[in-house]
Amino acid sequence: MSVKLVKNSIGRMVPTEINGKKSVPFQGVGKYHPDYRKFAPKVATCADFPDDGNKLVDDLKTALIKAGLKDGMTISTHHHFRNGDLVANQIFKIASDLGIKDLVWYPSASFPCHEPILEYLENGTINHIEGSMNGVLGRFVSEGNMKGTGVLRSHGGRYQAVQDGDVQIDIAVLAAPIADPFGNANGVKGPSACGLLGFALADSQYADKVIIVTDHLIDFPCIPWQIHGNYVDYVVKVDKVGIPEKIISGTTRITKSPDRLLMAEMTAKLCQEAGLIKDGFSFQAGAGGTSLAIADFFAKIMRKENIKAKFARGGSNKYLVQMLEDGLVEYILDGQTFDLDGVRSMRDNPNHVDTSPFTSYNYHGKGNFASFIDIVILGATEVDVNFNANVNTHSDGYLLHGIGGWQNCLFGRNVILPIPLFRDRIPVIRDEVTTVTGPGELIDIIVTERGIAINPLRKDLLEKLKDSNLPIKTIEELKEEAEKICGKPVLPEFGDDIVAVIKWVDGTIIDSVRKVIK
Amino acid sequence: MEKIGSAGNKGKAIRSDCFVTIELTDKDGIIIELNSKVKSLFGKSIIELCKDEIKYFGIKNAKVQIEDSGALPFVIAARIEAAIKKCVNTGKNYLQEMIPENAYHTEKDRYRRSRLYLPGNTPKLMINGGLHSADGIILDLEDSVAPDKKFEARFLVRNALRQNNFYGAERMVRINQVPQGLDDLEYIVPHNVNLILIPKCESADQIQQVELKITELSKKYDVEHPVYLMPIIESALGTIKAYEIATASENVVALAIGLEDYTADLGCQRTNEGRETFFARSMLVNAAKAAKIQAIDSVFSDVSDMDALKKFVLESKSQGFDGMGCIHPRQIKVILENYLPTDAEIAKAKKIVNAFIQAEEKGLGVVAVGSKMIDPPVVKRAQRTIKVAVEEGKLTKNWRDDYVC
Repeated sequence: MSVKLVKNSIGRMVPTEINGKKSVPFQGVGKYHPDYRKFAPKVATCADFPDDGNKLVDDLKTALIKAGLKDGMTISTHHHFRNGDLVANQIFKIASDLGIKDLVWYPSASFPCHEPILEYLENGTINHIEGSMNGVLGRFVSEGNMKGTGVLRSHGGRYQAVQDGDVQIDIAVLAAPIADPFGNANGVKGPSACGLLGFALADSQYADKVIIVTDHLIDFPCIPWQIHGNYVDYVVKVDKVGIPEKIISGTTRITKSPDRLLMAEMTAKLCQEAGLIKDGFSFQAGAGGTSLAIADFFAKIMRKENIKAKFARGGSNKYLVQMLEDGLVEYILDGQTFDLDGVRSMRDNPNHVDTSPFTSYNYHGKGNFASFIDIVILGATEVDVNFNANVNTHSDGYLLHGIGGWQNCLFGRNVILPIPLFRDRIPVIRDEVTTVTGPGELIDIIVTERGIAINPLRKDLLEKLKDSNLPIKTIEELKEEAEKICGKPVLPEFGDDIVAVIKWVDGTIIDSVRKVIK
Repeated sequence: MEKIGSAGNKGKAIRSDCFVTIELTDKDGIIIELNSKVKSLFGKSIIELCKDEIKYFGIKNAKVQIEDSGALPFVIAARIEAAIKKCVNTGKNYLQEMIPENAYHTEKDRYRRSRLYLPGNTPKLMINGGLHSADGIILDLEDSVAPDKKFEARFLVRNALRQNNFYGAERMVRINQVPQGLDDLEYIVPHNVNLILIPKCESADQIQQVELKITELSKKYDVEHPVYLMPIIESALGTIKAYEIATASENVVALAIGLEDYTADLGCQRTNEGRETFFARSMLVNAAKAAKIQAIDSVFSDVSDMDALKKFVLESKSQGFDGMGCIHPRQIKVILENYLPTDAEIAKAKKIVNAFIQAEEKGLGVVAVGSKMIDPPVVKRAQRTIKVAVEEGKLTKNWRDDYVC
């Protein structure tokens, strides 16, 4: 691909055109002000739909054909079934069997269970993926084998792209644990319950055609209607939409690693000393073992000091649910449920609220609640001396993770990254990150097992913690310590080809991912 | 000697280690094959290290295979050296720089409340071993190393002493049982080890053998600081000889007890209540205190039961022990916290120390609290309690400023 590259505002070379469409380079946080109107889907008429509300068709293949599946279309799926999804692979098998070419797959995330997609990338059924590309898919893309260019977006960015018309979904295939023949659906009930369907909201609202696939069909009305049947074209009943034990990981547990516990304890202590844990505060904690340990340390502090949080942003799990039920937290505003306690709580507790990327993350809206979360805990593969962080590529350049809600949560008031100083032998604090997923100005604190670095922009935090016994160092000191232990890594070799781009929350291009030379 | 030597560990679960195989050949020079998960970032430097080491040992022709799971340089160097020495007879040692952070020595009466065991052939546990605030770390060459790995573990432990930052923890090594353990000393004494644990100790003679060898090595390698000794009593005979062992050398700073082996020697089961070991533990405390050294308790082997551990520590403290071993970092906090003086002990110590300072200011030779005279050793113990309380944040440094009797 020979396209024009320009330097964006943080000095990364990015293309001005992706897959034949114009693109805007990153201009800085909050600098890009679009002046266009939102995308609008086609107007539908009830005249085209049955009066009895029965939109059932025989099978997925029939639904796809009725929806007009043809070459070059964009097909979207959601990832609420995580690694237990049984639907996405079927779509592309059907397309491949029909001889369809050059589709774009627009998942809200991909998982190891999507390995079979490789075959459809290889045989030309799929042109490219706009979504996370990990594992074998990541390897395939990183080595320059995908026909088109990959596009990675945050959960909020995915909503924004659909809303703005940057991505126009032709067919949304939305798996649902329970649905009625009209297309109303939710995630809290049925044998494959996954909690909610928030990631599918944009798809249902904006796609040309919407297909609901469920293994648990009930009579109208399916309540709550997290997905409104009024957006839905066809409903398909299948034997199984997902593998329940892989939908709910069931293994989200507090880490037992003493090194991670040390980081978690330091993080909690730092939050306490900086006065961030106070009545009415809010926090976001992920489902990783370290995040859970931090939430658990928070709970201990809150119990001891008699402090209550207003809300917690989930990924919910049994630990967060326990805090809700113990009255330590008043609300859980949840983006995805990670275990059955999360699903149960969302179903039964009105204070456990399902959210969508629209309410929590969409940057092209009139605000979103991510920016008023007090404490945000995130991970990263690498952080550089300017606090820029990378969650997308491994230090050897291979695509490793999607963005998820990571970029969106950077807008929280205090963003903390508890990360080890090095993994195996690879330093995590670098001169320059391999890929910029998020700009350093939004990242406040790095907590490693060997020291804590606070962004010099946060003079208030530095002031509050100036007498702390915590091992506060500069980010440069941390970098040097890592290199002293591991040695200085050489930079991996990259080709000229851009295999994927990283979108910022406003749709501009923050960085490019280049082809890895093996 | 064999023509092929290998050392290290490999496999899916292995991290921060490598497996090195060296085959001496007659021609074709040095051929290195490297498989590494960090190859694109560190492949070049691993190969350079390997070449340098091979050159140092004067090998001209060899096939080398390195299967690396993200090992740090000190680990790779140790594995290569161990593999080489399995097929080359040499008196040379490939020594990496002694990092300045590890140049510290320790005091005879420093705290030894918690000391963390780190298996001597498992690099991934060593790397962060110093981060968990244990008073000491023990690089173990004895029971946690399989017999066929004892040889290579020595190089790893030696390199760790020189290169791995233990952040101020007292750097201890547990050698093998004497006499085999005497051969371990060559690998640790010249590399600024602070303290040596002598396992399964049953006589003063064993201590003297170790002491003699240390003196010999210290002369040879210009080691000027003392190397402290902590014999571990693990048998009925050792228990009976505890005082003799405690006083066998002025470098013995503590006596430790190993209850798993001791109960096996008695032919009974170790219980949480510990009735069966009461005599041995009392004997050991008594012998240690008679010799004016520290008494160190056994490890507590259920790493998941923190409540039982706490009970054990409180019991141990009440019996006169000054510390114990840890086999998992998560035990350290519980141990440190519970060997700490209690609030009542601190309150009492404040009274005594305050009275002592006031007596000094007034030029009085006798310290009294109320009508009670206080003996000098009681003052000393109170001062120690205050020192610990201040260091562990239970008391402010200037506590006397607002102290009201």
